[in-house]
Amino acid sequence: MNKVVQNAAEAIAGITDGMTLMLGGFGLCGIPENTINALVKSGVKNLTCISNNAGVDDFGIGLLLQSKQVKKMISSYVGENAEFERQLLSGELEVELLPQGTLAERCRAAGAGIPAFFTPAGYGTEVAEGKEVREFNGKQYIMEKAFESDYALVKAWKGDTDGNLIFKATARNFNPLMAMAGKITIAEVEELVQPGELDPNFIHTPSIFVNRIFQGTDYEKRIEQRTIR
Amino acid sequence: MLTKEQIAQRIAKELKDGYYVNLGIGIPTLVANFVPSDIDVTLQSENGLLGMGPFPSEEEIDADLINAGKQTVTTLPGSVFFDSATSFAMIRSGRVDLTVLGAMEVNDKGDIANWKIPGKMVKGMGGAMDLVASAQNIIVAMQHTNRAGESKLLKELSLPVTGLGCVKKVVTNLCVMDITERGFELRELAPGVSVEEVKAATAGTLIVEGEITVISF
Repeated sequence: MNKVVQNAAEAIAGITDGMTLMLGGFGLCGIPENTINALVKSGVKNLTCISNNAGVDDFGIGLLLQSKQVKKMISSYVGENAEFERQLLSGELEVELLPQGTLAERCRAAGAGIPAFFTPAGYGTEVAEGKEVREFNGKQYIMEKAFESDYALVKAWKGDTDGNLIFKATARNFNPLMAMAGKITIAEVEELVQPGELDPNFIHTPSIFVNRIFQGTDYEKRIEQRTIR
Repeated sequence: MLTKEQIAQRIAKELKDGYYVNLGIGIPTLVANFVPSDIDVTLQSENGLLGMGPFPSEEEIDADLINAGKQTVTTLPGSVFFDSATSFAMIRSGRVDLTVLGAMEVNDKGDIANWKIPGKMVKGMGGAMDLVASAQNIIVAMQHTNRAGESKLLKELSLPVTGLGCVKKVVTNLCVMDITERGFELRELAPGVSVEEVKAATAGTLIVEGEITVISF
C-alpha cells in the first residue's frame, strides 16, 4: 500500500463540491499551506470548513473565502479576517462558533470512536441552544457531538512514507486531533523520510490515521504578530 | 486612575508560587511582565504550550512557536508542547490555578460577556468559554467604562453571555472589586479615585463597606 502522493493537487483527488473538511492550524501556525493552495486552484466549492480560525484575508483559509469556495465555517475565533466578517455580516457565509476546547474535543471524539460527550463550556450561552443539558455532581453540562467530516487536511513537520507524523512546537495544535478524525486524512510534511528514520518514541500521530502523505514545498509560514523583546 | 500596565501590575499581586496561569489577550498578557521575581509561575497558552517564555529576539523568531494571541514567543527550561485537546483537558479539569481575562461587560452576579456584539462584531469566543466554565479563580482586567463613558459593570448584561457566575474579582482603571453574592464589593481604589467616582461609574449593585485601601505599588 502506497500512501505517498507527489503533490497537493494529487492529494486532494476526491474532494468535491459540498464536502466537509477539517483543516489543522492555530491562526496561521501549522496550517496545510500546500493543500489549501491546491483547493483554491481546483475551484471546488460549497465547502464546510472546520478550523479553529479562518486565516487572514490573503493567506490560509482566507484564500478560500476570497474565492467564495466556503459555504460554512465552524471555528472558535475569526477576528483576524476582515473578508470573513464582511461575508458573515452580509449573510453570504454561514458560521458556527464554538468554544475552542469543544472544537478540539469534537475532533478528538470523532477520532476516538466516541459519538458525543458532555462539557461545561457554553452552558447558559447561545452555544447551548438546542443541545441536551445534564447535571453531573451538581454542575450543568451540555452535550456536544463528534464531528463528521469527509477529509482532514493536516500539516506536520516530519513524516515517513507509512504516514507516521511528528509536529513542531505550537504548530501541533489541532493537527493530530484532526488527523485522527477525517474519513480520509491528508498530511503534508516539511520533511518526508523513510520508515525507520523517525524514532518510534517521538511519533505524535501513528500512521494508521493517515491515508495520503506528501512533501510540501515553498512554505511561507507567515507570522501574524511578529513580537520581539 | 490606573494605566493598563498598572492594572496588570495589580493583578500580578494575586500570583502565588507554583501557580499555573492562563492569561488572555490584551491587558491580561501584560501581567507576565510583573511576575514577582521570588515566585515560580508557569504560563499556559491554550494553543498548546505550558511554560511560555518571553518574546524572542530577532534571531530566535520561530513561526511555529506562538502564543494564543498569535504572537511569537519562546520556551523556557521545562516547557512542553501539546495538542489542543490536551490543552483544554488541563483547563476543564481545573488544573489551571488562575485565569485572567478581558471583558466587554461583567454583571454583579459574576456573569461575563466578551465574545460578540450582535450585528456589529463577530470575533468568537476562542478559549474563553471553556476557561470561564471550568476555572476556579477568574480575574477580569478591564476598563470601568466604555468609550461613551457608560458603565461596563452592570446589573444585567446587554451582550451575549460567555459564562455564568464565574468572575470572582475585577480590576479596572478605577478600583479592585470582589464579586460576592451581594454584588460588586469595593476593596481597593486607584490613587486619586474617590468612592463617589466608582459609584457613578458602576451600574450594578456596589457594596462599600469596611476598610477600603488605596492601591500602591
